[in-house]
Amino acid sequence: MSTSLSPAPGSAPLTRMVTAQALMETRLLLRNGEQLLLAVVIPLLVLVAGRQAGSLLDIGAGRRIDVLTPGVLALAVMSTSFTSVAIATGFERRYGVLKRLGASPLPRSGLLAGKLAAVLLVEALQLAILCSVAAGLGWRPSGGISAVLGVLLLVLLGSAAFASLALLMAGALRAEATLAAANLVYLMLLVAGGIVVPLARYPESVSAHLELLPSGALGQGLRDVLSGSGPGLLHVVVLLAWTIIGTSLAVRTFRWE
Amino acid sequence: MTYGEVIAVDRLDLEVAEGTVTAVLGPNGAGKTTTVETCEGYRRPQAGTVRVLGLDPRRERRRLGSRVGVMLQNGGSWSGVRAAEMLRHIAALHAHPLDVSLLIERLGLGSCGRTPYRRLSGGQQQRLGLAMAVVGRPELVFLDEPTAGLDPQARHNAWDLVRELRDGGVTVVLTTHYMDEVEHLADQVHVIDHGRLVASGSPATLAARGSENTIRLRARPGLDLAGLVRALPAGAHAQEVAPGSYVVSGKVDPQALATLTAWCAAEGLLPESLHVERRTLEDVFLDLTGRELRP
Repeated sequence: MSTSLSPAPGSAPLTRMVTAQALMETRLLLRNGEQLLLAVVIPLLVLVAGRQAGSLLDIGAGRRIDVLTPGVLALAVMSTSFTSVAIATGFERRYGVLKRLGASPLPRSGLLAGKLAAVLLVEALQLAILCSVAAGLGWRPSGGISAVLGVLLLVLLGSAAFASLALLMAGALRAEATLAAANLVYLMLLVAGGIVVPLARYPESVSAHLELLPSGALGQGLRDVLSGSGPGLLHVVVLLAWTIIGTSLAVRTFRWE
Repeated sequence: MTYGEVIAVDRLDLEVAEGTVTAVLGPNGAGKTTTVETCEGYRRPQAGTVRVLGLDPRRERRRLGSRVGVMLQNGGSWSGVRAAEMLRHIAALHAHPLDVSLLIERLGLGSCGRTPYRRLSGGQQQRLGLAMAVVGRPELVFLDEPTAGLDPQARHNAWDLVRELRDGGVTVVLTTHYMDEVEHLADQVHVIDHGRLVASGSPATLAARGSENTIRLRARPGLDLAGLVRALPAGAHAQEVAPGSYVVSGKVDPQALATLTAWCAAEGLLPESLHVERRTLEDVFLDLTGRELRP
C-alpha cells in the first residue's frame, strides 16, 4: 500500500488472486435475488410440497422424504452450477468483465478456478440449508461415511459437468439468450430430466436415456448413494463424459467479449 | 526504444517514449480504440509488429497483466458490484496496489463507494474505470477516452492524476477527441483518421505545423496600406479583406506587430480592435481530418 503513483508492478500470489475471485463471485451470486430463488426457494418448495402432495407427484416406493431429498439436492446443485453460472457468465461477457479481467494479472485458469470455488461454496450453503430442512421433515439417509464421500464425489462431478455446459452456452449466446435458455433448461430438467422424480417412475424406453443426461445421472446417483448403495459406475462415467464434452467444446467456442 | 514500435491499424507506425503522456487523437471511428486494444492484446494485428514493454501483447499477455493498467472505453465491472468493492478486487490481484480508500477519495468516489455499479452515473463509472487502471501501480497505462462524459471539475481532477502518473514515471497512452485534453496533457500527439496516421508531434509543433498566424485589425475603411506593406518584414503582407477589416498575414512575428503599431502611431490611427490570432490545434485537426460530420 502506498500513496505514491510511481510504478510498482507485480501480480499477487495465485492463491490470493483465486481466493479474491472466488469470494467476489460468491458475494455476487448471493446478492442476486432471482438466482437465490432458483438456488434455495424452489428446491425448498419442491421438498415441502413434494412431501405433502403424494397424489400429484408419484415418486414411487420408499419413504417420500427419503426419495425426494436426494433429488432436491441434485436440483440445487444444478441451479447453481448450471443456471447461475450460465447467466452470470453471459452477463460478465456482456458487461466487459471478462474483457477487463483479461487485462489483469489473473490468468484464465485462475478465473475458472475462482468460478468453480464460488460454485462449490454456494452449493455447500445450499446443501447445508436443504439437508437441515429435510432432516427436520424426517429425512433419514443411509450409507454412513461412504455415502458422504459418494455425495461429495457426485456433487463435484455434477458441478463440473453442469458448469462446463453452462460456460459452453454462455460463451456462445448473447446474454439475454443465455438468461432465457438457462432458465428453460432448468425447468425442463426439473420436470422431465430425471433429477427429482426417480428414473424408475419414467417409462422404460425413456429412463435409459434420462440416465445418460447429467441431470438423470446426478439425481439417480445421489438417490442410490443416499439409500445405501455406492455411486454407480454409470453415473460417474456419464458425468465425467459430459464434463469432457462440455469443456472441450467450450474451450473451442468460448468468445471472451 | 524501450516502449517499442507499437501498433498496426492500417500500416500505422508509432512509438511511445517511456515516461511520457501520448495522446491518440482522432474523430469517431478513426481507429483509436482498435489501436489501443491491439496494444492491450485484445486484437491480433493481421500484419505488422506490436511490442509493448518489449513484449508481444497477445502471446505474453500474462506477463503484461501486472505491468500494464487498462481503462476500457466502457464497462468492465459487474452490474451488481459496489464501486469500492470492484476497486478492492482489482487491487487484490496486484502485489503492491495503491491505497484503495485514498484513491477513492482522490477521484471523488467517496460518496458512492457502496453504490452498485449499475446505479453509478456515467461520470462515476468513468472515474472508477480510471481508478481500476492505476490501482495496480502499472508502468504503462492505456486510457480509452478517460474523460468522456466527465464534468469540468472531474476532468481537471483526472488530468491532475495523469500528470502525477507521468511525474511518477508512468507512461500514459490515452485516446481522445478533445483538443483541450491534448493541449493540457500530452507530450506527444498522434492524429489518426481512417486507421492511418495523419500527423505526429508535440501539441505545440502540431498547432504551428505549416500554419501562419494573422493579425486582424478593425479601423475606418479605405486606409492606404502602401506604407505599411513596405515597412513589414519580408514575408508578411497586409490587405483590407472587407471594408474596415484588415488582415496582416504571412510571417507574423513580434517584429511585424511592432511595425504595425508603429505605422498606426505614424498615421495617428487608433484601431477599434486588434487581434493576434494563432491557429489552434483544433484548426489543424479539422484541416487534417476534414469538416464533414462522422456517421
